[in-house]
Amino acid sequence: MAAFVVGGLFCVVGQLLFDLTRLTPGHILSGFVVGGGILGGLGLYEPLIKFAGAGASLPISSFGNALAQGAMMEAARSGVIGVLTGMFELTSTGITAAIIFAFIMALIFEPKG
Amino acid sequence: MAKMSNQKVGNNSILFITPPFLSQTGVVIGPKEGEGPLGADADLVCQNLSLQEKSFERAERSLMEEACYITLKKGKLKKEDIDFFLAGDLLNQITVSGFTALSLQIPFLGIYGACTSLAEGLGLAGILLSGGFGSRVLAATSSHNCSAERQYRYPTEYGFQKPGYAQWTATGAGAALIDTEGPGMRITSFTVGEIVDMGITDVFDLGTAMAPAAATVLHSHFTELQREPNYYDLIVTGDLGQVGKQVLEDLLQRKGYNLGQLYDDCGAMLYYQHQQVDAGGSGCACSAIGVLGHLWRRMQKKELNRVLLVATGAMHSPTTSLQGETIPGIAHAVSLEQ
Repeated sequence: MAAFVVGGLFCVVGQLLFDLTRLTPGHILSGFVVGGGILGGLGLYEPLIKFAGAGASLPISSFGNALAQGAMMEAARSGVIGVLTGMFELTSTGITAAIIFAFIMALIFEPKG
Repeated sequence: MAKMSNQKVGNNSILFITPPFLSQTGVVIGPKEGEGPLGADADLVCQNLSLQEKSFERAERSLMEEACYITLKKGKLKKEDIDFFLAGDLLNQITVSGFTALSLQIPFLGIYGACTSLAEGLGLAGILLSGGFGSRVLAATSSHNCSAERQYRYPTEYGFQKPGYAQWTATGAGAALIDTEGPGMRITSFTVGEIVDMGITDVFDLGTAMAPAAATVLHSHFTELQREPNYYDLIVTGDLGQVGKQVLEDLLQRKGYNLGQLYDDCGAMLYYQHQQVDAGGSGCACSAIGVLGHLWRRMQKKELNRVLLVATGAMHSPTTSLQGETIPGIAHAVSLEQ
């Protein structure tokens, strides 16, 4: 239930931004990633995931959170340079999956558009 | 040396002393347009968007080539009978027109006028022929939903949500044969518009961005040629769609013109409401399908004796849009009379 409501609220915010402002999908997407990163940096996103599960971990804001968490974790371990090396540590699964699945789909469907 | 008589009237208009004739047309349309209210007036309706080609850009080339060959066939002419080929489309470097010209092997002048391409082509053909620079010109234009969406908006597979005021890029191509001899509709005047930019930056609101240019060119046309709107049986814009049509009607009302039933828009005519195209059609194909297909049939039946085509264009590029620049609008008017 919490997952449904919280995840739905994320979508409502996105849809309202799309309908009521002239922001493009690119702007809204980046905004969610940055917003998730800021919330993650402030330590507010993890409690939200604990509360809502996939409702908070599935939206793109979770990607921003994961970028921030990875950077902070690695920074704590190996200093400032860790901000750069750690950023993709937690997100590599998502990025690699996107590339591999896109590759397979392109092989099957020969996209034209 | 005798001075050529001046055919220019006022700042913007040209009144041809020996008007050439729009003597034959060819129109090829996509499946969605075929199901629309104007579908029956096209020469060929394609069964799918890809036309069995490997890319949508190649499909659009097929549309324009087919429209040109149909026009030549209907006019019982060979390529060699044509002096110039004028064409424009929406893709970068007007590649559809270039490749069609490669196939036709007729001396080619490209037109870069966005969705004004048909009006600009007819007007320039009028200038060439009225000036004595040949006896036959072929003018063509095209647009394709998928190639335009991809270039100007998002990849087609992305399934992007559009706001309700957005338009649907029409798939189709039209070609027109302009001849110094009739029969046909005389191209009597050409009013060349100026760029008008009201500061719109939303690429989904093209109707609003282009309507002021149409209002400006109509005002020039009426005042310079001393014609009242009711001189025409029909005044038709290219692809303002439902939203832009409303904006144009409001703007003209403020200038003191009430067009009422005299006015329609090809983009607004092209689809039924249940076809879910939001604010109607857009793209070069709108005026091609509307004027060279539907209205051409009505002109041939003498239902319409005087028609004013005002094709509008949005002269932005994907690059300038991403840089936040405004959308410059343009419109040209061409009058067709029996």
